[in-house]
Amino acid sequence: MSIEAKTEFKPKIVAFCCNWCSYAGADLAGSSRLGYPADVKIIRVPCSCRVNPMFILRAFEKGADGVILCGCHPGDCHYSTGNYYARRRMTLLFSMLDYLGVEQGRTRVEWVSAAEGMKFSATMNEFVEKIYSLGENVRLGDLRCRN
Amino acid sequence: MQRIGVFVCHCGSNIAATVDVARVAEMSLMEPGVVHAEDYQYMCSEAGQAKIAEAVKEKGLTGIVVCSCSPRMHETTFRNAAERAGINPYMVEIANIREHCSWIHKDREEATKKAVILARAAIAKVNLNAPLRPGESRVTKRALVIGGGIAGIQTALDIADAGYEVDIVEKTPSIGGRMSQLDKTFPTLDCSACILTPKMVEAAAHEKVKIYTYSEVEQVSGFVGDFTVDIRKKARSIDMDKCTGCGVCSEKCPAKKNPSEFNRGLGNRSAVYTPFAQAIPNVPVIDRENCIKFKTGKCGVCSKVCQAGAIDYEQQDEIVTEKYGAIVVATGFDTIKLDDFDEYAYNQSKDVITSLELERVMNAAGPTNGHLERLSDGKAPKNMVFIQCVGSRDVTCRGKEYCSKICCMYTAKHAMLIRDKYPDVNVTVFYIDVRTPGKNFDEFYRRAVEEYGVNYVKGQVGKVAPQPSGQLLVQGVDLLDNKQILMEADMVVLATAIEPEAGVRRIATMLTASIDTNNFLTEAHPKLRPVESPTAGVFLSGVCQGPKDIPETVAQAGAAAVKAIGLLAKNKLLTNPCTAKSDELLCNGCSACANVCPYGAISYEDKEVNDHGIREVRRIAAVNNALCQGCGACTVTCPSGAMDLQGFSNRQIIAEVDAICR
Amino acid sequence: MSFGKSQAEQIREISGVNPYKCMKCGKCSASCPSFTDMDIKPHQFVSYVQNDDAEALVNSKSLWKCLSCFACVERCPRDVKPGRLIDGARQVVVRQRGADYLTPEEIPERLDPELPQQLLVSAFRRYRR
Repeated sequence: MSIEAKTEFKPKIVAFCCNWCSYAGADLAGSSRLGYPADVKIIRVPCSCRVNPMFILRAFEKGADGVILCGCHPGDCHYSTGNYYARRRMTLLFSMLDYLGVEQGRTRVEWVSAAEGMKFSATMNEFVEKIYSLGENVRLGDLRCRN
Repeated sequence: MQRIGVFVCHCGSNIAATVDVARVAEMSLMEPGVVHAEDYQYMCSEAGQAKIAEAVKEKGLTGIVVCSCSPRMHETTFRNAAERAGINPYMVEIANIREHCSWIHKDREEATKKAVILARAAIAKVNLNAPLRPGESRVTKRALVIGGGIAGIQTALDIADAGYEVDIVEKTPSIGGRMSQLDKTFPTLDCSACILTPKMVEAAAHEKVKIYTYSEVEQVSGFVGDFTVDIRKKARSIDMDKCTGCGVCSEKCPAKKNPSEFNRGLGNRSAVYTPFAQAIPNVPVIDRENCIKFKTGKCGVCSKVCQAGAIDYEQQDEIVTEKYGAIVVATGFDTIKLDDFDEYAYNQSKDVITSLELERVMNAAGPTNGHLERLSDGKAPKNMVFIQCVGSRDVTCRGKEYCSKICCMYTAKHAMLIRDKYPDVNVTVFYIDVRTPGKNFDEFYRRAVEEYGVNYVKGQVGKVAPQPSGQLLVQGVDLLDNKQILMEADMVVLATAIEPEAGVRRIATMLTASIDTNNFLTEAHPKLRPVESPTAGVFLSGVCQGPKDIPETVAQAGAAAVKAIGLLAKNKLLTNPCTAKSDELLCNGCSACANVCPYGAISYEDKEVNDHGIREVRRIAAVNNALCQGCGACTVTCPSGAMDLQGFSNRQIIAEVDAICR
Repeated sequence: MSFGKSQAEQIREISGVNPYKCMKCGKCSASCPSFTDMDIKPHQFVSYVQNDDAEALVNSKSLWKCLSCFACVERCPRDVKPGRLIDGARQVVVRQRGADYLTPEEIPERLDPELPQQLLVSAFRRYRR
């Protein structure tokens, strides 16, 4: 928590969701009115394998406090193997980020199917709570992007 | 710079009740590139879409952002509206402020702030959108059906009747499949051959159908609409044009002791043989592994007695290459091996048989001429025991987890037919459940019990022990009476689990069609797309997709045919424009992308490249737009950043990230 | 007596069997050589444990009639291992008595005189597997 807290800490959370499963799961959470905090903003990608580690680094650089990647369950990827690649990349990336000081809790991978609206909402709620407890992310942040 | 119009939908009160839509429109006007912003009640309505058209005309818009419900609902609607308004449909982006905003947040201020941010992200993305055009690929108006059983035959007939050429490739010497081995079919008790052979004849006679028997698919390349297939026509050693089907060669062949595959090994056939009397084509095949001439060089009797001079010992396998627009897989099934089920003494006693073997015994053209008799000594049985679920519903490594679906019905059929023809034979069926869900199926099974006196015992059999007397001692249990049953049987019939035909994995790999751990081909969607493979252009027909009986097989065969016809009817296919693209100046031909592509869509070409004045030929990646499904795996793998995904480019996604984190 | 856990739960824990996997086919009973001597039959063991009614099971004759031949375990298509439940139930009985072993004098009362020392046999089989 910063000492001169001008405004209350409102985390910025970016969620990358794959079009076929997790984005549909998020839609289902919406239709079922299963709420989660407004701090989460979703970016649609065709597959979890589309997410380049550079996007995640960019997010943290520009001021994100947490990044979560959602994709289809292993074995159910619409493009058959995409989520396997995503899984491997993210494992490596997150441990590298941890080494750089971006705590493991700030990043997450979750497999959510199109039928799991409740899981999506529960995951987001948990994740936001975690980010609140970790506080503002000061590592990797581009100081020019802070006001 | 784009000229972007932002349209914020109220969606009645779905969005407007929680999000200040006017404010979202107001804030959007402040974004770079936005020249028009308005909010409206129902953007997806006629009036709403008209507003888009009007704004495009008046303000010369080049890009559209619609803040509304999920793009999964109305992206197509707005793309079409944009197209009608005169701009490229891919210059449209949707900000989901309903499912991802108004419906899940309660606080108006927070929800509005988020909606503004989501709109911002969409605007940032559209600023970088390019007017994409779907590609076109050709369609060869011919279909290939792999497998010549009832599923393959029905599909072929339906496609041919629609006016398209179809080829059937069948690996055994005749079409007909499992249905040709059956005696009678449930629930009508029709003679199987009587209802199958007219279809076989129709397929053979149809001018649009070409049948390759004793042939296998060797190689497949290409993609939907444009497949190239190599078919290996195995050498029959008989000239099909000369053979008259007289059968003298089989009669005179001295090598008579070869187990007949058609009779499941229960009877014999000659080395030169036709599998069954109604075989189509009615041309025999020489089994070179068991033919005396091929083994020793001596004999040649068939050649001497053949009046038509059709025997050709020199015949070689022939590879035929054909082009097809659609491929249908109809490879069927076989029963599992019972080597791990020693408790039933299948390998120890000739009188313990599978249900398919019983079909052959009961069939008039079978090894016993249709007479029900013990295979060990030819005596008529007095007590028969049927054991259900042998190898099905079994989670151990011995069996299959799934229910084979057809066994409850065919056992009721067998039991009923035996009781009808031989009323003094006692028939007992040991079952776990009786599964008879189809039309008139349950009534059929109840007839077996109530009218024909088949004894159904709820319980399983633990052991079948062959006795020195020649009989079989069956130890089972009756769960309702809570007693163990020890009874003597003359014949035991095992309702054996079925599994997809061997070799289906090889075919699935060739077609890059998904296959599950039980070797059943996977459908694109288990409920809504049951006859299509996720691989475009490949369709599924019959048991290769999952256990099913004849009525369902025929229904599915028709469905697969319709899907294939839908494809063949097109003159060209529109390909998904959101495909990967390689920047030829950055690509170094390292092949990393091709290795991760699940569709084999990336190949390499030597191309002359003009790199800032340097002209040279380089090996660069080329993406096949008809095969690429736009997953983006290659884009991240590419070490030089040459590969990018149209519609979801690196710059676009980063722009969205920037807009959100700003 | 059960220290907060029902006997059925104890049996489940000791044996490691998940009774819900049972599809009530009866193959265990069909394979059991001691079926006729038992009061509660093999296919019922699983059902009793599933319904949390271990009382009857623990007091039954079946516990001591089971030969631990494990034919039921071998042949069960759902991998339920009913024979292990009997081992578990025997353990529960033995623990109830406050000792974790049976003295040789106690055994003959419950035994069919022609059968071998079953606990020993079943223990051997358990370790072997």
